[in-house]
Amino acid sequence: MKPWALCFAGILWRELLRFLQQRGRFLAALVRPLVWLFIFAAGFRSILGVSIQPPYQTYMLYEVYITPGLCGMILLFSGMQSSLSMVYDREMGSMRVLLVSPLPRWFLLLSKLVAGVLVAALQVYVFLAIAWFWEIEPPLPGYLTLLPALLVAGLMLGALGLLLSSFIRQLENFAGVMNFVIFPMFFASSALYPLWRVKEASPLLHAIAAANPFTHAVELIRFALYAQLDPGSLVAVLGWTALFTAVALWGYNPARGFVALSGKAGPPG
Amino acid sequence: MSATVPPALELEALSYAYTRGRPALEGVSFSVPSGAFTALLGPNGAGKTTLLSLVTRLFQAPDGRVLVCGHDLRRTPRRALGAMGVVFQQPTLDLDLTVTQNLRYSALLHGLSGPLARARIEEALARAGLEERGGTMVRALSGGMRRRLEIARALLHEPRLLVLDEPTVGLDVDSRREIVAEVHAFCREKGLAVLWTTHLIDEVWPEDRLVVLHDGRVRAAGSVREVMGKANAGSVGEAFGTLTRGKAA
Repeated sequence: MKPWALCFAGILWRELLRFLQQRGRFLAALVRPLVWLFIFAAGFRSILGVSIQPPYQTYMLYEVYITPGLCGMILLFSGMQSSLSMVYDREMGSMRVLLVSPLPRWFLLLSKLVAGVLVAALQVYVFLAIAWFWEIEPPLPGYLTLLPALLVAGLMLGALGLLLSSFIRQLENFAGVMNFVIFPMFFASSALYPLWRVKEASPLLHAIAAANPFTHAVELIRFALYAQLDPGSLVAVLGWTALFTAVALWGYNPARGFVALSGKAGPPG
Repeated sequence: MSATVPPALELEALSYAYTRGRPALEGVSFSVPSGAFTALLGPNGAGKTTLLSLVTRLFQAPDGRVLVCGHDLRRTPRRALGAMGVVFQQPTLDLDLTVTQNLRYSALLHGLSGPLARARIEEALARAGLEERGGTMVRALSGGMRRRLEIARALLHEPRLLVLDEPTVGLDVDSRREIVAEVHAFCREKGLAVLWTTHLIDEVWPEDRLVVLHDGRVRAAGSVREVMGKANAGSVGEAFGTLTRGKAA
């Protein structure tokens, strides 16, 4: 068992080191949800009233409502970014070092996904620490129960990213992922508005949002942040995670990024 | 060679084709004896990198077999990969980590930790001539230093086979010559088997074993003398030219 634990520790340690040393990446990951919280939510506070609904026990400010969605946003961006890099960009070099180490490929890829999720979870906690001063004050046990929700939701999104970038050639740059994956998933979800409000506006959009895996991730996070469990979301997220992870591990092919790196002109010498 | 010691690397009828492309490799078979330096010589586009991707399990070969020290890469990948160190053509060091951090990461991937890992890392730093630069960011190292570090990193877990894919690409003449000499010396002194791909004939030494690859097929394999004999040539360059149908080296 020891080589497996050491290997995972190595992968996690490297992810943390890289994250801490790339301060620009850290700031970008933090600024994005904070802009939504400080500017978007403040602007829409008076327009979008949100009534009492579980897990909230009273009327809440709009900022309070969208905070779990912004936690999900951090996981979504992080998962897509790291998965894309595992297939195409400069990470390909270090992916090769990882993949020629002796442990099974499924374990190496899964470890890389989990390590990425743990780093993203760290970002979520930093975001929540700042949000505390903006009167986003969930109960203290919620910070603890949030962690498993972040892990499973993050793994689901990371595996989805790996799956998409392995199978869809058009997603080889981040702009493609933003337009075709991140924005549709984020906006057609319960991150910014409750599903019942979406239903009032468009039954079709409601159906899409209700089926959106990101909605389930956000709801899981929302309830977990208030130390509660939403069983429906948990089952859905676990199911999607198992499906995405299995297909992503099966479909991962380093030859893809390899050919991309060599300019798609044909096989390298 | 003793009958009980399997070759460090044995390839049996390996083939591979990129999607919708013509075959990059067709029925490639050859072996790398234990303790020998084997140069895989081929022009650009011959299939060298593709072959090394199959040998290192990056790609899965639909046909054929790869045996590393007798271990089938498909059936017992842990043993096969554990016996192999790899240096890729493309740089694979983490530029934002220090020299020691890069080595420690690789040690952990191979299940090395504690005093053993520390000792191996010190050895690797000495081998790469970077004893004083363990805390330096890799970004600050020259191309030659980075290559030496990659070679030292590939040897951290004491493999019996070292596989290098055109490791001198992009280096200046002096660094190139030094690295070729260092790996030859290491092979001779430590009994390490080396598979070294190149398209540069001056990296092949007279005592090496030689495999000439062209258009995805092995054109000749054996000692340098045997390959020259097969091509009826007086030099490695001439043999290479003949076997690759007049292509310049």
